[in-house]
Amino acid sequence: MRRRWIAPSAIVWLLVAAAFFLIPLIATLLFSLRSIQTGKCCSGAAYSLIVHDHQFWTTVRLSFLLSLETIAISLLLLVPTVYWVHLKLPRLRPVLALMALVPFVVPPIVLVVGLLNLYKGAPSWFYDKPYGFLAAAYVILAFPYMYFALDAGFRSIDLHTLTEASQSLGANWRTTLTRVILPNIRVAALGGSFLTLAIVMGEFTIASLSAFKTFPPYIQVINEGQPYEAAALSLLSFLIVWAAMLALLFVGRGRSRPAQVAAAR
Amino acid sequence: MAYLELRELRRAFGPVVALDGIQVELETGEFLSLLGPSGCGKTTALRLVAGFDRPDSGSIVVDGKDLTRVSPSRRDMGMVFQAYSLFPNMTAEQNVEFGLRIRKNRRAPRRKRVSELLELVGLGHAGKRYPHQLSGGMQQRVALARALAIEPRVLLLDEPLSALDAKVRVQLREEIRRIQTQLGITTLYVTHDQEEALSISDHVAVMSSGRVEQLGTPAEMYSAPATPFVAEFIGTMNRLEAVVVDGERGEVEHGSTRLTVDAAQGRTRGERVLVLVRPELLELEASTDGGAAGENTLSGEVLTQTFLGPVTRLKVIAPDAELIADMSTARAAALPIGSRVVAHVPVAGTRLLSLSEEPASDGQDRGGR
Repeated sequence: MRRRWIAPSAIVWLLVAAAFFLIPLIATLLFSLRSIQTGKCCSGAAYSLIVHDHQFWTTVRLSFLLSLETIAISLLLLVPTVYWVHLKLPRLRPVLALMALVPFVVPPIVLVVGLLNLYKGAPSWFYDKPYGFLAAAYVILAFPYMYFALDAGFRSIDLHTLTEASQSLGANWRTTLTRVILPNIRVAALGGSFLTLAIVMGEFTIASLSAFKTFPPYIQVINEGQPYEAAALSLLSFLIVWAAMLALLFVGRGRSRPAQVAAAR
Repeated sequence: MAYLELRELRRAFGPVVALDGIQVELETGEFLSLLGPSGCGKTTALRLVAGFDRPDSGSIVVDGKDLTRVSPSRRDMGMVFQAYSLFPNMTAEQNVEFGLRIRKNRRAPRRKRVSELLELVGLGHAGKRYPHQLSGGMQQRVALARALAIEPRVLLLDEPLSALDAKVRVQLREEIRRIQTQLGITTLYVTHDQEEALSISDHVAVMSSGRVEQLGTPAEMYSAPATPFVAEFIGTMNRLEAVVVDGERGEVEHGSTRLTVDAAQGRTRGERVLVLVRPELLELEASTDGGAAGENTLSGEVLTQTFLGPVTRLKVIAPDAELIADMSTARAAALPIGSRVVAHVPVAGTRLLSLSEEPASDGQDRGGR
């Protein structure tokens, strides 16, 4: 068998890219390991302080639960919608795609002011609680990530044939969706979910302006007066997002199979 | 009363009439093929029977029950699709089992049935494989087993072999017929391949422009086409335009040549007709005197020779027509390209169609499914 060589230029570019991403992280790591008292290397005190701060766990838990809630609502809303649009109303696809771009166009600061005004009269269990107001805002924010991931997933399977095959075997719409379609767009749904998780775990503007203490405002508070702890916190937040991405790779690996041939209809 | 009846089914997509009031009847255990070119409406008809689409008018009756408005999931129709339709997330076994699980069949008899059906389609060893680990032919076998698992009222097959290579196609169509005969299941089959339809069906309905042109046995279709379209579509046919000159003696005039054909007897003098002759009935021989033809013959020149295995197909240019004749390869060697030949038109065995019977849109593709 012929051995494949990697071109030297490719190695150079890989090293440049690795340096671009790794140098700031290494610098942050080294900074976070400095002693809080002396400012010299190396001490784990900053990490110890963070993990022993109950605010850290409270805000991480809140952000994580908000992520899960956002993912659940987004999937419940978008999976049947995108399925139906692909199946029965393909002409609406560009309309949905355009709507999905709105959160990219409207800055979060404008979005939060609009939402605060819109929901002003809403019941307090919704308006005053992060799991109400913030989750609603995050569903809007995550819309493009979830929509485009699902759209790509639905496009990769022969939706019409799978649906019709399932129905001809006696399955109703719900069974078709849950047992035939969902398992085959699982990786796309997971991709959208973890993008959503990453967005919600790092969202600052909306949480801060609506006065909810999630993880990003906590980082900001720490950052104001505790530089070593802030660096440690930044790395921990990176680790959380990376863990989520690795989870996606782990869950998706080995289950993803080549999509079935989408024959001409 | 027939087991499956399509009564005056009509379906239009905007201005395109895909089905124009078709009427088809099928007895229990029969195998009927809907045959026609792309856009003739055959798949539309099948989708209406399956329930994936609703007719504008007409009805679908199975065993005396009107199923026209019944949802596809409640029709008990097993369907095999043109596209590979196995669920990619399930193994072959799980695919076959799917319909039985939906019906909440008990586990033990369910597993037994799955295993029997996989054996029936010759895939007893491949039950644990996923669709992407199966060849196209194997996938369609599993799809057939899956459709049969639910013991459907009618088995619907929508060009299930069209994505397969020629050899597998022939093998699988014979298996489909064997299984259908063994189980005695009423089957509606859609194809554009006339060889496929003629070889496995009890009856064939040739469709064109949303209508059934002719419904009959494969032998009837081949030997007695009812319309010029069917004559053209089923096999290859020589078409000689002619005028009846003597209805008593069965004489017609094709260009300047007078031909005697039994089928012209009883026709009105002056009637414009098409004389239809199958290529295997046309006898060719080398012209001995450079063009003078005998009785019931047309003279011409060999234009092409196409080797088809046991026979060779010769195309001959005659003064008023282009003729096609099939003859043994050994005899064809004596008639090289460019040689002058005489074609003998048989008195018996030809068909005659009045030109007024020919539909205006014959063979046109009007679109639709």
